[in-house]
Amino acid sequence: MEQSKLTVPAMSGITRRNMLKAAAAATGFAAGPGFVRYAQAASSEPIRIGFQVHRTGIGAAYGRWYERTTNAAVALINEQGGINGRPVEIIAEDDGTDPGRGAEVVEKFATQHKCDVGFGTLFSHVVMGSAPRAGELKLPYYVVSEGHHVASGALNRYTFQPGITDVKSQVISLAPWIAKNLGKKVCMIYPDFAFGYDHRDYFSAAIKAQGGEVNALIPIPPTESSFTRYFPQIPADTDVIYHVMVGPAVLTFVKELGEHFGSQHPALFGFIDSLEAVDLKSPGLEFLEGSYLWEAYPRFAGAAPKAHDTFYRSKVGVDANGASTSDAADISTYSHMFGCWETLYTLKNAMEAAGYQGPADKAKLIEATEAITAIAEGNEHPQGDKIFNGKIHQSFGHQNITQVKGGVADVVYRTTIEEGLYEPEADYTKMAL
Amino acid sequence: MTARIVLLHLAVLLLLFALQFIASDYVILTLTRIMVLAVYASGYNLLFGYSGLLSLGHAMFFATGLYAAAIGTTRAGLSVPEAFLAATLIGVVVSSIMGVIVLRARGVGFMIVTLMFSQAAFLTVLYFGDYTRGDEGIVILDTIRIFSFLGRTIDLTDPLLRYNLALALLAILVALILVLVRSRFGHVLVAIRENEDRTAMLGYDVARYKFIAFVISGTLSAVSGATYALMFAYAGSTLASIQYSIHPLLWTLLGGASTTLGPMLGTGVMFLLVDFASGFTNVSLLITGAVLIALVLFFPKGILGSIRQRYLKWLP
Repeated sequence: MEQSKLTVPAMSGITRRNMLKAAAAATGFAAGPGFVRYAQAASSEPIRIGFQVHRTGIGAAYGRWYERTTNAAVALINEQGGINGRPVEIIAEDDGTDPGRGAEVVEKFATQHKCDVGFGTLFSHVVMGSAPRAGELKLPYYVVSEGHHVASGALNRYTFQPGITDVKSQVISLAPWIAKNLGKKVCMIYPDFAFGYDHRDYFSAAIKAQGGEVNALIPIPPTESSFTRYFPQIPADTDVIYHVMVGPAVLTFVKELGEHFGSQHPALFGFIDSLEAVDLKSPGLEFLEGSYLWEAYPRFAGAAPKAHDTFYRSKVGVDANGASTSDAADISTYSHMFGCWETLYTLKNAMEAAGYQGPADKAKLIEATEAITAIAEGNEHPQGDKIFNGKIHQSFGHQNITQVKGGVADVVYRTTIEEGLYEPEADYTKMAL
Repeated sequence: MTARIVLLHLAVLLLLFALQFIASDYVILTLTRIMVLAVYASGYNLLFGYSGLLSLGHAMFFATGLYAAAIGTTRAGLSVPEAFLAATLIGVVVSSIMGVIVLRARGVGFMIVTLMFSQAAFLTVLYFGDYTRGDEGIVILDTIRIFSFLGRTIDLTDPLLRYNLALALLAILVALILVLVRSRFGHVLVAIRENEDRTAMLGYDVARYKFIAFVISGTLSAVSGATYALMFAYAGSTLASIQYSIHPLLWTLLGGASTTLGPMLGTGVMFLLVDFASGFTNVSLLITGAVLIALVLFFPKGILGSIRQRYLKWLP
C-alpha cells in the first residue's frame, strides 16, 4: 500500500498521455485514473505543471504567446537541471477562455493528471471560475492575470500571482506621472465590465490623491463595435483621455477617436492591453502618434537593452521590436507573457526552498511561496525586481510609461515599486491549509 | 406506470449511487457537474421535448438561479439553504412573468422572443456589474459553503457529499419528470406538441398547460443554476450567455427529446466528448460537431429516442 503512493501512472510513458487519459475517462469509469496503479518512485518523476491555456476563445492571442513563453522557460529550467533534480513537465489544456471549462480543467489537473500545481491562467473571469476549484482540491494555483482578484482576498490560500503586478498597483503607480506631466482632468473610457471597473475605481482614487479628478466616466459595452456616439461625452476641458479598451474593436476605437478630434485633442494615455499582439504601425492607429502607453514590459528593446532582456527575447523568440523572430507580423503580448516566465522561476525557487518532493509537500510549497519577500532582476526575472507580499499572494513590480513615435514606443518613465504599493486588503496566511 | 419503467429509472439512480464507491476522484467531480447540469437539461426537455416549445433563452432562468444563490450568499447574508430556497422562488417568479409574456408568441416567434429576453438578461448582468461583477463574476468563499443545517455541519467542499446531494436532486427530478410525463398533464403536453389547435378544440386550456410547463421548466433551470453556483462556488456572466441557452437544447437533442433519461444521457455524452477532445486537440468543438452530425444522421431522434423507436418502444 505504501509503495502505491510513491509511484506514477502506468500510462506515463506514452507520448500522448493527455489523449489517452482523456480517452480513458470518456470510455469507461473502470479505466479511469482512480484505478491506475503506480510503478516507480516519485522522486524520479517529473514535476507536473498543469497549464491552463487560452488556446481558443477571446484570449487566444495571449494564449499563443503564453504557451510559447512557458515552453521556453520550461526548456531552460530542464536544461538547468529541473527542479530539485526532477524534470518539469507541462500538461497543457485549452480552457476556451471560459470560466466553466476552466474550472473543469483545474479539476482535471488535480484529480486526473495528478499535477503538482496549476498555472498560467490569464483572463480574470477564468481565474475567478477556476480558483475555487483549485482551493478546494488543494492544488497550488499560480495565475498570470494582472487582475486584482488575488490581492483583493476574494480567492483562497492556494491561489498566487507572483509573476505580474495587479491592476490596482499598476494604476496607482501611474497616477502621479499622469497628473504631473499630462494634466489633472482625466476622462476615462473603459470597457463596461469588471476589468474596466478596476481601472475606474482604482485610478479615480489614485488621481484624486494627486490633486486631480476624473471629469467623466465613459463605460463602453463589450458588444459595441462603433464608438462615435460616446465621444461627445468627453468634456471640453479634459486634459487627458485615459483609455483601456480591450478586444478587436480597438482599431476602430482609435480611428474614430482620431476622426472625432482631428489634430487638436487632449493628451492620450492608454493601456497596452488593447494593443497586445497588434502592430503599432497598423493602419488606423496613426492617431496614437505621440500618445502614451502603459507597458509592464516595454515591447521595443530600445537602443540599450539590458543583457537579461536580450537573453529573454532570444529564448522566447521575440525580436527587438516585440515581434516573433520567425514572423515579423506576429506581434507578441510582451507586457503580459513575461509573467509566465517569471512565475515558473518563482515556483522553481519556492519548490527548492520547500524541498518539494511531491504532492505531500504542497503545504510546504504554499508556505515557501508566502515566505518570498523580494525577487531580484535578472535572467529569471527580466521584467525587473519585485516585492512579493505573502499575505495577499501578490507581487509588485515596476511599470513603464512609453510614448509612441513613428510606430515605436519608447520608455519615458519607469515607476518605482513603492509608487504602486497599497495597504493589504486581506491575509491569506490566516486561512487553513 | 409499468414496473420496468420504474425499475429502469431506479437502476440508473442506483448505478450512479454505486459509482461513488469505485470511481476515481475525477469521475466523481465530473459526474457531479453532469448531474447538476442534467437537471437543467431535463427541465428544458419538459418544455421542448414534451410541449414542443423550443426556447432559445433558458440561460436566463439558469442565470436567475445562479445569481440569486451567489448574490444571496455573498451580499444578502443568506445561508446556503436560504439562498437555494430564495433562488427557487425567484425562479418561479421570473419564469411566471416571462411565461406570461413569451407564450403569446408561437413557433419561430417564440424562439426569437425567448432569445431576445435571454440576451437582455445577459446584458442586465453586465449592466449591474457593481453587483454581479459582470464577466469576472462572483466567488462564493468556502466559509459560506460550510454551514450548519438541522444541527449538522454540511460541507459543500466535500466532493462526495456534493456528489450525493447532486444525485439526490437528480433523483427528485427524475421522479418528478416521470410522474409528470406519465400523468394526464404530460399527455396533454404531448397532445399540444403534436397538434395544438386540435388539443384546444378538444376543450383543453392549452394556454394554461403551456404556462405551467414553462414555469416548471424555468424553475428547474433556476434550481440547476443555484445548485451550480453553490456547489462550484462561482457565478459569472459567461454562464448567462447564449451558449448556455444552446447547451440544454443540444444535450436534449443528443440524448433524445421527450425521453425522461435522454437529457441526462445527452449531458453526460456531450460533456465527456468535449473533455475527451480538448485533451489532445485545439479543435475540440470541430470533433464535437462531427460527432453530433454523425448522431443526427444515424440517431435522428437522439440516442434514447432512436433506441425507443427501433428497439424499446416502452421507454418513457
